[in-house]
Amino acid sequence: MRGLNQIATDLPVLNTAALNRIQTFAGGARLTLTPALGLLLIACFAASIGVAQAQAASGHPSVLATLWKWMPLILKGFVFNIAISFLAMAIGTFFGMFLGLAQISLFRPVRKGAWFATHFFRNAPWLVLLFYCMFLLPFKFTLFGVTIPFPDWMKATLGLSLPVMANVSEIVRGAIQSIPTGQWESAYSLAFNRRQTLWMIILPQGVKRMLPPWMNVYCILAVGTVLASVVGVQEVMTLTGDALSAENRPELLMPFYGFVLLLFFAYCYPIARWTVAMERKYAVKI
Amino acid sequence: MQEFFDWFRWLYDATGINLTIFYDSFDRSRFVNGFLTTLKLAASCVTLSVAVGVVGAWLQGSRLNFTRRVVYWYIQLFRNTPPLVQLYFFYFGIGHLVKGASGVPLVTNMQWAIFALSLYAGAFNVEIFRSGIEAVPRATIEAAESLGFSRLRAYVLIVLPLAFRISLPALNNNLVNLVKTTSISYAIAVPEMLYVSNQIWSDSVNVPEMMNVLLICYVSLVGILVWLMHKWENAMRVPGFGTV
Repeated sequence: MRGLNQIATDLPVLNTAALNRIQTFAGGARLTLTPALGLLLIACFAASIGVAQAQAASGHPSVLATLWKWMPLILKGFVFNIAISFLAMAIGTFFGMFLGLAQISLFRPVRKGAWFATHFFRNAPWLVLLFYCMFLLPFKFTLFGVTIPFPDWMKATLGLSLPVMANVSEIVRGAIQSIPTGQWESAYSLAFNRRQTLWMIILPQGVKRMLPPWMNVYCILAVGTVLASVVGVQEVMTLTGDALSAENRPELLMPFYGFVLLLFFAYCYPIARWTVAMERKYAVKI
Repeated sequence: MQEFFDWFRWLYDATGINLTIFYDSFDRSRFVNGFLTTLKLAASCVTLSVAVGVVGAWLQGSRLNFTRRVVYWYIQLFRNTPPLVQLYFFYFGIGHLVKGASGVPLVTNMQWAIFALSLYAGAFNVEIFRSGIEAVPRATIEAAESLGFSRLRAYVLIVLPLAFRISLPALNNNLVNLVKTTSISYAIAVPEMLYVSNQIWSDSVNVPEMMNVLLICYVSLVGILVWLMHKWENAMRVPGFGTV
């Protein structure tokens, strides 16, 4: 029904059961990136250039030439986006892990507080958190007489890492709670204390379960970094906007923004495929 | 009511907490309109994106390879690119092409925002509904077929109601995300809550107060949505499925 008939399985029997299992964990129709489909995207992009070219007044350089001219700038902005996403992911993961552990604390106020922080930052819009950090954090710190500048992009990174922290916190909590209670009990019976059980037995098993959702969060963050343009960080959207206003040719709007879309797609799609593959690999076999 | 408003003026004089949206009638009407615009935006996007999800999930189960591929690439394209860039692409890129005779845009920025955000959230909804549909036991569909239901009728009358119940928790998550994402229409000057708050704090220089008001408004908006969805989830629960 779904074009799943050619799945290789070495099982001599139970073919349908194997099919069902793969279908359940495949996370979608299992279409591979055939050359024809990959070309489809590029064809769409080329079509948008064609439309733009048809509209262009004579006497201007062609749309493709203009795009080529600005490409280094746009790519530089894109690399900056990726750098922001790495940094925000690192900060968010670090704090999110502790927040997640605090959510399963035995001490009630800590548990409740961590729960509230997690849900607060999960439920607040990214853009609002970004504005929050942008306006309410100082632009420099003075620590022991040393002035440390705190530039815009750093503030935006912090603002982006807040929702990441909350999401990672939920992932950590979920992964820990998905480990069977028997693991805890057998660790206790071997005289491990709570901390040892958590760090040496529960978390190592949980990492496998955390990885796919964690990568999902990374994808969401990577596409979320463009929000920083709204608060004035010089990243890919801002630079594209600058390039467009420098050219002042409305027919360029679609190919330029289309190019940015394509950049993000080229970056995130492989990660998404990888996540799906990993999910399938680590899925609990029924 | 006037006393209630005056109390905020007193609060400003006494503590310096400047909540103009309560005592200043101009700011108040601006903020209320912004809040209503956000509500309208959220309600339209939620409805449309669910519709996109239902239709997309149906097309994804189609027998035609071509239809399935189109839906697959639609989902991948919209899931893996930033919603803000999508919004810009539609509003600036396509909006530039769709113009009336006198150069007046045919589609307003509000309509573009609804369109772009619905497509964005719809891509996630298709996946959510698809997983719900896959969870419906095959035997149920076979039973429907044996009773003479056509593919469409079995889908609408039997598969969808069951799948909908199974996918409600995931749908809940996505709709919360959608309500939060409506704030990015700030970027194309849709006068929603974030946009008017920006105007207000530019005029009255009360950034921290407005930021807090904004956060509280969004968190309560999301809270109301989650509460409603939970009520609905409980009301639609199929006996014998899930926990009590």
